[in-house]
Amino acid sequence: MRIYSTLLISWTLISSLSACGPSSKPELPSSETTRITVTGSSTIAPLAAELAKKFETEHPEFRIDVQTGGSSRGISDVRSSIAHIGMVSRALYESESDLNHHLIARDGVTIIAHGKNPVKNLSRQQIIDIYTGKIRNWSMVGGDDKPVTVVHKAEGRSTLEVFLAYTKLKNTQIKADSIIGDNQQGLKLVANNPNAIAYVSIGAAEYDAAHGLSIKLIDLDGIEASTQNVRNGRFPITRDLNFVTKGNPSEATQRFLEFAVREYNQNIVEGLGFVAADAP
Amino acid sequence: MLREKIFQTLLKISAILCGGIVIFIALFIALESIPFFRSTPIYRLITDQSWHPTEQLFNLAPMLWGSIYAVSLAILIAVPIGILVAIYIQFYAQSLIQSLVLQIVQILSGVPSVVFGLWGLVVLSPLIAQISGPGTSLLAGGIMLSIIVLPLIVIITNAQIEQFEEDYIKSALALGMSRQSIIIRVILPGISSGLYAGISLQIGRALGETMVVLMVCGNVVQAPLNPFEPVRALTANIALEMAYALGDHRSALFVSGLLLLLLVSAISMAQTKNRTIAYV
Repeated sequence: MRIYSTLLISWTLISSLSACGPSSKPELPSSETTRITVTGSSTIAPLAAELAKKFETEHPEFRIDVQTGGSSRGISDVRSSIAHIGMVSRALYESESDLNHHLIARDGVTIIAHGKNPVKNLSRQQIIDIYTGKIRNWSMVGGDDKPVTVVHKAEGRSTLEVFLAYTKLKNTQIKADSIIGDNQQGLKLVANNPNAIAYVSIGAAEYDAAHGLSIKLIDLDGIEASTQNVRNGRFPITRDLNFVTKGNPSEATQRFLEFAVREYNQNIVEGLGFVAADAP
Repeated sequence: MLREKIFQTLLKISAILCGGIVIFIALFIALESIPFFRSTPIYRLITDQSWHPTEQLFNLAPMLWGSIYAVSLAILIAVPIGILVAIYIQFYAQSLIQSLVLQIVQILSGVPSVVFGLWGLVVLSPLIAQISGPGTSLLAGGIMLSIIVLPLIVIITNAQIEQFEEDYIKSALALGMSRQSIIIRVILPGISSGLYAGISLQIGRALGETMVVLMVCGNVVQAPLNPFEPVRALTANIALEMAYALGDHRSALFVSGLLLLLLVSAISMAQTKNRTIAYV
């Protein structure tokens, strides 16, 4: 009996090991289902997953695998043909011009503070001064006499890259009091610290602020932080959410790409707090 | 006869599997770290200006200290309290309270660390922020780790006291020693080597703890002596950055994993050596 169960366990282990194979190095099998692997930015992943779900219901012959790991992984996976489509939550760099990009949505990065913080508006220069440690007290930007808790993101996150591009700072110049991983951690931290300032995806922040989390979105140079202003291009800290492919994509990949940018998907895009790409 | 053979083989396989997994993991981590050692001289892990891996700066030392500080603080808090609680349970509490306290301690030992982390982020950190600093700090990490370690210190001490040779206590009583001096002069020295073994296991556990330190320590890469300042532990560093790391950055994270592994094995080896001496 014991031996049978040992055999069973080892068989399960072995089969689960071999099951890892296809996802790490997918090939398009010639059988009836076609697999498309999408990897990259965790910001885009929920959107890609929603799109994939809808695509799969319309075309049951396709299976779409969405895996996260950051924009850089999206780029490297597409380059090494581990993935068919990479998710990259920024515009491509010049060094990445060997890849094709397909804009599927836009995302704004917003500055947030605690809901009870009286500060409503900050200028770009004030944000730079806060993040480089020149401004250390909220009273210097029209708030209460409280120290500023600067919340910053960990290396490699694309929100960090967008923020650095906007402030034109280098990561070494920033003096942070707290470093976080994903948006949710930032939102929770700020909601529980009246002195904190952080930057997160505008969609996530708007959603949580509307659902009772004690945070506020800070306006930038007099421009209201809202998805509305990301859509019309007025809000200064935005990023493109791209699908990235290499060379001539397979027919299956091509169909999914066409599906992803189709207009009637915009309720999915907006439902996740992003902004539709081809809006004026 | 055959049964006995099969049984023995099963035992051997289990032992080999158990040891093999550890060796396999250690080898894997070492292998993944090799690219880093190839491209970067090892002394740069402590001589570089800072930890900014995307800018090719790889100083791991502040995080090593961060881990050591946080764990030391936790042990400093948890060990005295744990021993006192166990002594109270064994010698002073009424049987009803005794079983109640033991029950609570056992429940406490089973709480997932992410739940503790959430509590630390939402309750403890804001409290610390009212005293000084940003709240998410070395102190918060030390306190949270001590809460995680405490129940097992109580359980270990309790078990050690229970196993303690009753003859010694009887002799001490016959000599007219008071309860207090029996505890301090006979029992505590008698159980110290077992206690030491238990504590070093808990040090290993605290060093490896990730979720809690990620949530409450603030994760700024520095080695402050002020407990109200934020720190980043080695484990938190891996968890924060691994999903987004590529190339040298990625293998540098494996190096920090290797460092952690060496640290834990050193503690465990020191403990085994010490115990052998105690038994001799």
